[in-house]
Amino acid sequence: MTRVLPLAGLLLAALPALAAEKAAHVPTPYFVANCFNCHGTEGRTNSAIPAIAGRDKAYLEETLKSFKAGSKPATIMHQLAKGYTDEEIAVLADYFSRQK
Amino acid sequence: MNQPNNHRRRLLQGIGVSAALTGTTLLPGAAWAAGKGRKLGRVVVIGGGFGGATAAKYLRKWSNGGIEVVLIERNKEFISCPTSNEVLSGNREFASIVHSYEGLKKNWGIKVVHASVTAIDPEKRRVKTDGAGEFAYDRLVVSPGVDFQFGAIAGYDEAAQKKILHAWKAGAQTLALRQQLVDLPDGGVYVQTIPKAPYRCPPGPYERVSQIAHYFKTQKPKSKIIVLDANEQIISKGKLFKGVWDDDYAGIIEYRPNWNVTEIDAATKIVTSEIGDKERGDVINLVPPQQAGKIAHDAGLVNANNRWVNIDWITLESTAAKNIHVLGDATLSAPLMPKSGHMANQHSKAAAAAIVEILSGRAAQPTLMANTCYSLVDNRRAIHVDSVHRYDAEKKVPLVVAGSGGVSAAPSVEEGLFTRAWANNIWADILT
Repeated sequence: MTRVLPLAGLLLAALPALAAEKAAHVPTPYFVANCFNCHGTEGRTNSAIPAIAGRDKAYLEETLKSFKAGSKPATIMHQLAKGYTDEEIAVLADYFSRQK
Repeated sequence: MNQPNNHRRRLLQGIGVSAALTGTTLLPGAAWAAGKGRKLGRVVVIGGGFGGATAAKYLRKWSNGGIEVVLIERNKEFISCPTSNEVLSGNREFASIVHSYEGLKKNWGIKVVHASVTAIDPEKRRVKTDGAGEFAYDRLVVSPGVDFQFGAIAGYDEAAQKKILHAWKAGAQTLALRQQLVDLPDGGVYVQTIPKAPYRCPPGPYERVSQIAHYFKTQKPKSKIIVLDANEQIISKGKLFKGVWDDDYAGIIEYRPNWNVTEIDAATKIVTSEIGDKERGDVINLVPPQQAGKIAHDAGLVNANNRWVNIDWITLESTAAKNIHVLGDATLSAPLMPKSGHMANQHSKAAAAAIVEILSGRAAQPTLMANTCYSLVDNRRAIHVDSVHRYDAEKKVPLVVAGSGGVSAAPSVEEGLFTRAWANNIWADILT
């Protein structure tokens, strides 16, 4: 303890920006939150619109890519998925797969 | 209220932020961390609608409580414009569109103040209210929605406004218009006027006409609707609405494009167009042209066509004043971007993300937003329009991603269920 504390104090003093970074967590990209409007905050919902939180990452990615390609029928997602790059779709799938 | 500590707080916050920005000012940074925890600053949000309430929540959520948020909203409760057309037709209870601000207080530690903002001082960074004192801010979010240009319609004075309703802000007017429709005898005429775009909720008037047509068809089959549209055609989901009107409401709805109302006689219930055409209704729903909410004008933020607020589309900061972010219907809309509640929610997330990043000493991320507007065409079926808007670095505005977006293939019960799910989910996303 006596050795750790001064070190922690030094880090805090030297790296105020780091302290701020730990405090604030905007998802990257922030626009994962675009999906929250319909699918619930963080993808959590129990509704006619399906929950996407905690779904299998590969499934989410493949589903979005199929919507984008037009190979999977949808009422709306085939139109919205076309607004995102494949890289962004992978990030969205990863993000929502990690929500509980 | 809050005055005694404001100066000290601002001073401390200023030091903290500059330390975070440079990362080199060791002693003040340490003092900041020790003395004030991890505070990043204070944001005051004006307006607790789809835009402002969302911004308040996401500022708290994404700063991990590091940003103090004060939300100033004059109404005690949140009343949703989306789905309020269903209240007019009797397909939805009014109580179901009324929601509490308690979740923002309890879940997110937001200070919710019910007052009207009377002035903004961008130099001193202070907001004055009519009954709750003054609030200092590091960053200000202004989400005032729209106000009506009653002056554009001759005769639409205060006395006339009590009789001839707009019901374009949900609340008492929604209930009053519903009552006028209930009181209307079978065989009565309902007149719906629609202002020239841009106005709040492009498909809203056409959804309203569909809802009221459904009410007439099922309850008052001899009644008629006359639609007086200042636009040259139905401006949103045109083919879909027209299809429903032709298939399901034939003989009920009469649609007249290029019909711009410029005068109302509330006593005789006669509206007059700019070229002198006249129409009479037993119930007239007169939706006037709109502009950014009053506080945006008073604060000198309105710098587009004397109606809207120009913003930077990465940070949503006003181009007229520093440290003031404006969002929702009050903004000069980007190309093909609608003034919708859904869009305001997306604006707010972009603004909240930008503010958290800026106050943390980082650059804001490029914006990407999506819109979805559902419209219920009867008591079960709905249609949608959607779009995705990506920031274009060259044009400095979000543009619709080529190939994205579109409308429903046809009205469906499935989308009716999605509409209700959308409403519940977005209300929860905003308020809980």
